[in-house]
Amino acid sequence: MINITIDGKPYSVEEETSVLEACKDAGIKIPTLCYLEKVQAIGACRVCLVEIEGVHDLVASCVMPVSEEMKIHTNNRRVREARKVVVELLLSEHDGDCQICDRNEDCELQSIAHDLGIRELRYQGAKAPRRYDESTAGLVRNSTKCISCRRCVTVCTEMQSVSALFPQSRGFKTIIGPAFGKELNTVTCVQCGQCAAVCPVGAISERDQTAEVWAALDDPNKTVVVQTAPAIRAALGECFGMEPGTLVTGKMTTALRRMEFDAVFDTNFSADLTIMEEGTELLTRLKKALVDGEQVALPIFTSCSPGWIQFVEYYYPDMLDNLSTCKSPQQMMGAMVKTYYAQKLGKKPEDMFMVSVMPCTAKKFEAARAEMNSSGVQDVDVVLTTRELGKMISEAGIDFQALEDSEMDAPLGLGSGAADIFANTGGVMEAALRTAYEIITGREIPFDNLHVTPVVGMEGIKEAEITIEGTLPEWSFLEGVTAKVAVAHTLGNARALVEKIRAGEAVYHFVEVMTCPGGCIGGGGQPRITTDKIRKARMKAIYAEDEGKALRKSHANPQIIKAYEDFLGEPLSHRSHELLHTKYFEKERV
Amino acid sequence: MIDDAISISCTCEETYDSNTQFIKLDEILAEYKYKDGGLIPVLQIAQGLFGYLPDEVLRHIAKNMDKPYSEVAGVVSFYSFFSTQPRGKYVIKVCLGTACYVRGGKQVLDAIKKELAVDVGETTTDKLFSLEVARCFGACGLAPAIMINDDVHQRVKPTRIKQILSSYYKFEEEGLDHA
Repeated sequence: MINITIDGKPYSVEEETSVLEACKDAGIKIPTLCYLEKVQAIGACRVCLVEIEGVHDLVASCVMPVSEEMKIHTNNRRVREARKVVVELLLSEHDGDCQICDRNEDCELQSIAHDLGIRELRYQGAKAPRRYDESTAGLVRNSTKCISCRRCVTVCTEMQSVSALFPQSRGFKTIIGPAFGKELNTVTCVQCGQCAAVCPVGAISERDQTAEVWAALDDPNKTVVVQTAPAIRAALGECFGMEPGTLVTGKMTTALRRMEFDAVFDTNFSADLTIMEEGTELLTRLKKALVDGEQVALPIFTSCSPGWIQFVEYYYPDMLDNLSTCKSPQQMMGAMVKTYYAQKLGKKPEDMFMVSVMPCTAKKFEAARAEMNSSGVQDVDVVLTTRELGKMISEAGIDFQALEDSEMDAPLGLGSGAADIFANTGGVMEAALRTAYEIITGREIPFDNLHVTPVVGMEGIKEAEITIEGTLPEWSFLEGVTAKVAVAHTLGNARALVEKIRAGEAVYHFVEVMTCPGGCIGGGGQPRITTDKIRKARMKAIYAEDEGKALRKSHANPQIIKAYEDFLGEPLSHRSHELLHTKYFEKERV
Repeated sequence: MIDDAISISCTCEETYDSNTQFIKLDEILAEYKYKDGGLIPVLQIAQGLFGYLPDEVLRHIAKNMDKPYSEVAGVVSFYSFFSTQPRGKYVIKVCLGTACYVRGGKQVLDAIKKELAVDVGETTTDKLFSLEVARCFGACGLAPAIMINDDVHQRVKPTRIKQILSSYYKFEEEGLDHA
């Protein structure tokens, strides 16, 4: 332990603690902008300055490790004035149209300026050159808001291993972005939106599509249907000041009805559908490999996460056959709403307007993919992020916290607990195993409370093995087989796992990949800023939602059974292939 | 090797003999690929080879050094030494370090701009001259100084610019390579 003094009081802290962390533990709040817990500490913004006795200059506390007998001052005139000047200089370059900024009241620069008591702009400098990048379906970048903190660079490079963003040029002309200031659609950006999720200001956000949804809601000729992903219900409350991890499924449903959506459906329904299709695809491939001796692509990779799909298309095109051909639950819902549900209403696909609420920016891109029009028109018309839905609810003047609970609509509003956990890393795997194991053996998966504990939690790459015993006669070829599965979240971890598989160092049957840290609950479209603590709170809420349901297995969902009986036939049927499966394409890495 | 790279002067034409140059580049890449801090020397040598850093070359370097293209571009755009545009046969660098600035470097620069009708970073339409600004050649005693390729011209006055440049035009007319 190291003995230090902060503002005259003695403390004892662990070695290698930064001054910033030591102060935080001591209950002292030091303002930060570029620093992000567990993601980045580079001392770039200079907002976290403190004074250390015996050191001539003020130091950036986020990169200064504590040392024995260090005497730290966090709150004297010199420190306060210096921080103020640093923030004032940032403001002198910043396009400060706060009232109409996407990040108004959700901006770290704004709140630090407030906390530091800045009430006048003493420096009037030149503004950064305006570059507006609207080249992608998912993301919008505005250079006049950027404070060059580099959080986005760090997540894009280190967490996602995509490296679409990097500081370009130098000094006042520095611009954070793709090579030579090009636009995002010219590089291998997968539109995961983790850059937007960590941006402290309004420099990177999702493309705002709320106006398109309002227009559809106002159009008397459109039947406007909404679906919400499982991750929304554990995070939307945060937009209204509720604690992270508060489940708001019922309030959210009521709010959507108040906004006059014609039907409120649950992406959980189509997540259950995904399990039926993907589980059958896995078992079929295993049968081909083990019984028919055919060469098939194993392991199968899950295909729910559109950032991951683009990542494979760019970086591992030789492994496209390993991706499950199943569309994501969002796209399955779109296709089912515009065919199955439209037929029930006696409507044409073009009369339907499908809105998705997703924790994700890449879903905006996914919905716009040319293949995603199995109904004859674009299956999902508009994708809103959790944040956009939060804004629409506010715009509608709905007092969210005061809303009563209500249930989603039949028939596509019913989902199992297995579908809820699609929101968490490891959840798709657990849901698939709950169903596959039971199909093969006729018995429930042998894990306490149905949770496949080895694939639960925040570890980057998780593995599990299940030996299949006591198979039903038709699955006897799997008797004694040890099923090997792996789960990765973040594309950096996915890359490491794929490299291991390609090198032959690891062999699996089934691999789940989610693009964002923690899975969809940590998605690029979720309320900002998502820390590990918040991820864990949302994950816990999702597991609670699952455990609170009587229906916890996808294959037991009565609406799924009915959809197969009335419309789809059976998993992997011709109609399933047309509506629920897709193709992938090699993309040139630029 | 790094020193060699710096002293290789630009001999570029707008097109380059890609085969030979890429073979040479690959040899350099093999040498630097696993060296920490290898990117900058590779870029220097590549610019010496090709005369400038074409996009194709930068992508080749990024791929072979297993570095993100955005990072390679970030380094190239950070240093004014690197150019992604073809440059003239003669690169004029006007020193604006403290000593040269005080002794009239800025006026020298203005005179060259006027004489060649180009701005800093641009190349004359006949592709003969590119104009750049430099920060101190370490020749402060000769201030104000300019460099044209590897030639250092000392105590330059705005009135001498025409005369200095004319010697390059003359060599060009006679089909000779200037030193």
